[in-house]
Amino acid sequence: MPVEIVATEGLGCSYREGCVLEDISFTVTAGDYVGIVGPNGSGKSTLVQALLGLVPVSSGAARLFGSRCDGFNQWGRVGYLPQSLHLLNPVFPATVAEVVGLGLLSLKSFPRRFTRHDRNTVDALLEELGIYDIRTKLIGELSGGQQQRVLLARAMVNEPELLILDEPTAALDPETRQRFYQMIADINRTRGVTVLLVTHDTGVIGQHASKMLYLDKRMLFYGSFEDFCHSPEMSSLFGEHSQHLMCHRH
Amino acid sequence: MNILEILSYGFIQRALLAGTLIAVLCSVLGVFLVLRRLSLIGDGLAHVTFGSTAIALAFKLYSAASLLVSLPVVLLASLGILKLTEKARLSGDAAIGIVSAVGISAGIMLASVGGGYNVDLLSYLFGNILSITYEEVLIAAGLFCVVMLLLGLFFNDLLAITFNEGLARVSGVRTNLINAVLVMLTALSVVLAMKLVGIMLISSLLILPAVSALQLARSFKACIALAALQGCCSVVAGIFVSFLTNLPTSATIVMLNLLFFGASCGLRRLLGAKSSS
Repeated sequence: MPVEIVATEGLGCSYREGCVLEDISFTVTAGDYVGIVGPNGSGKSTLVQALLGLVPVSSGAARLFGSRCDGFNQWGRVGYLPQSLHLLNPVFPATVAEVVGLGLLSLKSFPRRFTRHDRNTVDALLEELGIYDIRTKLIGELSGGQQQRVLLARAMVNEPELLILDEPTAALDPETRQRFYQMIADINRTRGVTVLLVTHDTGVIGQHASKMLYLDKRMLFYGSFEDFCHSPEMSSLFGEHSQHLMCHRH
Repeated sequence: MNILEILSYGFIQRALLAGTLIAVLCSVLGVFLVLRRLSLIGDGLAHVTFGSTAIALAFKLYSAASLLVSLPVVLLASLGILKLTEKARLSGDAAIGIVSAVGISAGIMLASVGGGYNVDLLSYLFGNILSITYEEVLIAAGLFCVVMLLLGLFFNDLLAITFNEGLARVSGVRTNLINAVLVMLTALSVVLAMKLVGIMLISSLLILPAVSALQLARSFKACIALAALQGCCSVVAGIFVSFLTNLPTSATIVMLNLLFFGASCGLRRLLGAKSSS
């Protein structure tokens, strides 16, 4: 029986300006690679932030690894790459190795000190992701693509079972974007890490993800990419031509 | 007069000892505060210290004894700033502005009720490290140990929330607790630094070493070390220069910090030009 990693039941989120998410129910099982897609303002980022307890839930419930999100504390099992890369302070004086090392805090108890073993773990991952050479560079000195890789390394350094990536390719050029998606697909396949990835690239993510979740404040579709491409509901939503373009970019 | 002669004075020894301890505290905390865009919290808490000192003086508590009032009041005010930002949906600078204005108003009112400003209260406006007492040095050393111990214990948590608070929460860092630790450590340091540079100049001790270090540091730990080094150098040099030139010590320390900042900016440009050529 597949192991439940993420589950929501009638999840809703509201801000002062009104309802952002309404009645979202889905289950993600171990090893899934779920692409969360939808137009701007459809609540994609709010959904993952609600799962992580970063925004309050106004109705329904969400669970991570069987525990309610509002009381979740097994952070060592989760890796998160946020959307707001532009919010990073460009003069922040931390090196790549220091930033990646922070991802290990979720495995530590008080006082959270780093050991030589931790430094070796960081170095090994940087090597694996091809960014070892920039380990002593300051995070603010890197290009958007390099910063994205560093933050991905930070999200992965604790060897999470669930990786949540919020628009990780927004600042990347098409070629780097393609390589990034491939890298995530490899991580999902070779390490068995469950992936939730928020993106605008409906067609591209379909090449890699095992499931698609289409949001527009409500959940309009949840299933395989193939089903997405043959769904009459999606066809009427996008129009046949647009649906064909999305589904046959590859 | 040579350096050894100057060092033979008890008040110089006390000033150097307390000054370096306070400078290290302020400089190290300043790095976190500047990066979290809370630079002016020192200013706000200094104004509250002014108000609390007025209360202490009204109760005839002078010098070290005034800390009995100032420490709890300023610690509460620091938590008040935090609560205002969390609960009243205010930005950090607005919350600091409110607490700052309330603090200075309370001080003015109490001073007025108590028969006007006196020398003790005015000495807190501009600081007078050369008049620091033996008891105050001991208190500074004790609080220095407490603050450095807490900084050491929470260093990685502080670094995590300074880098990105959302990411820190997903790494299991109790961000509310760590924020409270940071503002309370700042409150302790501000109360200590009052005697050194006074209310008017306290921000400079928190901000200038940090922003200078940010120009040159090649890692977070290096940034902390550089800021602490500049803080120490400015205080030691400031005390000697002011003694020799008869200039006010607090203002001399601030001006030296500004000089270091200018030099750091220049050095950064020079190094940048070298590496790009």
